[in-house]
Amino acid sequence: MNYNWDWGILFREPYLDWLIAGLGWTISLSLAAWVIAFFLGSILGIMRTSSSKTLRFIATTYVEIFRNIPLLVQLFLWYFVFPELLTDEAGRWVKREMPMPALTTAIIAIGLYTASRVCEQVRSGIEAVGEGQRNAGKAIGLTEPQIYTNILLPVAFRIIIPPMTSEFLTIFKNSSLALTIGVVELTAMTRQIEEYTFQGFEAFTAATIIYSVVTFIVMFIMRIVEKRARIPGMMVSG
Amino acid sequence: MGDFDYGVIFNNIPFLWKGLIVTFKLTFLSIVGGILLGTFLALIRVAKIPVLSWVAAAYVNFFRSLPLILVIFWLYFLVPLIVGRPVGSFYSVLVAFVLFEAAYYSEIIRAGISSVSKGQLAAGRAIGLTYPQTMRYVILPQAFRAMVPVLLTQAIILFQDTSLVYVVGLKDFLVSAELIANRDQRLVEMYIFIAIVYFAICFAASLWVRRLQKRMATS
Repeated sequence: MNYNWDWGILFREPYLDWLIAGLGWTISLSLAAWVIAFFLGSILGIMRTSSSKTLRFIATTYVEIFRNIPLLVQLFLWYFVFPELLTDEAGRWVKREMPMPALTTAIIAIGLYTASRVCEQVRSGIEAVGEGQRNAGKAIGLTEPQIYTNILLPVAFRIIIPPMTSEFLTIFKNSSLALTIGVVELTAMTRQIEEYTFQGFEAFTAATIIYSVVTFIVMFIMRIVEKRARIPGMMVSG
Repeated sequence: MGDFDYGVIFNNIPFLWKGLIVTFKLTFLSIVGGILLGTFLALIRVAKIPVLSWVAAAYVNFFRSLPLILVIFWLYFLVPLIVGRPVGSFYSVLVAFVLFEAAYYSEIIRAGISSVSKGQLAAGRAIGLTYPQTMRYVILPQAFRAMVPVLLTQAIILFQDTSLVYVVGLKDFLVSAELIANRDQRLVEMYIFIAIVYFAICFAASLWVRRLQKRMATS
């Protein structure tokens, strides 16, 4: 193997700044997309387990569509196709005048995609609480919304902390797809360093370490959260 | 939407078909390689061999913490460097997919192995089989039967993931469509078309997996 090592490159200007900026974009993109995925996914998960046939159908259709098209293709649909389907004026706004078009599109695309995965986690959490609890709620005269807010959801969200953590980490990793539409997040930055300096080994190592460390930190924090949220005397395991 | 041009799709079917074949080839070889390496990793972990088990666990956790795109870039850069000559993007990304997917397959297979009751291992040893023989003839055949639906679901995910070879420009289904889209200025038609094709394939496959699952549950 013929290679000139230069680890110092990572700490030289402007490359260190690039890495930090890249990590910043990766984290902001992931958090923003997670907000969409979490709220929309939770609503869809509730819809999928509700007693209304229409709501169940809508949520199921959503999940099937978003789960069965590759995320990269979805990203291109939102970025290249969606503005063309609007009126000229609206299309121009989405493509150019909207603040940070590429980043915003990536946040929405990744958020909507992950919502379909979050929906399935929320659904399995609610199902894990059990039919008995739901019937008990009905028996004491609670309405369906009350059953969800007072009985099913408080337990379900505790049960699904571990799978939801891995869904967040999936968003964190999938945020790298945004580089295909020009968002210079962490992976794009290291690729750029490789192209400028030909020190691919060092650049990719830096990204690898950063991704692993962030993953480790998130898992560490969530393990504590899970322990804290555990209901005493109730078997809750992930 | 009034000027949706179906012609651009029909005229380029042979070219798109070639791309789809590349996607299928990459998916199939990655599944085979990923399951082989994944089984190997899972067996090491289940056998609790000192040091090696730890290495296998570290491998799995390491690859699961990385974005696939980064792994593709890594191997695209590393494989020619290690081999010492250009090898073409197909082999580089194939290595990336096998290494990456093996981590996910290994977790599925490990879960499958632990779903086989402990008594089976003891029974195998009791009739005089060695540990590797028990694994090979008693545990793994049962484990793989139970795992088929999950392995297939992972295969569907892998099929979708192969679209990420876009980042190194390998001419798979997506890149072929993108080339035509840019050449003919027909982005809307091409992207909608490939989204429908991907959806049709993945949806049909997932329905089939679900039916299989139901049949296995009742038998």
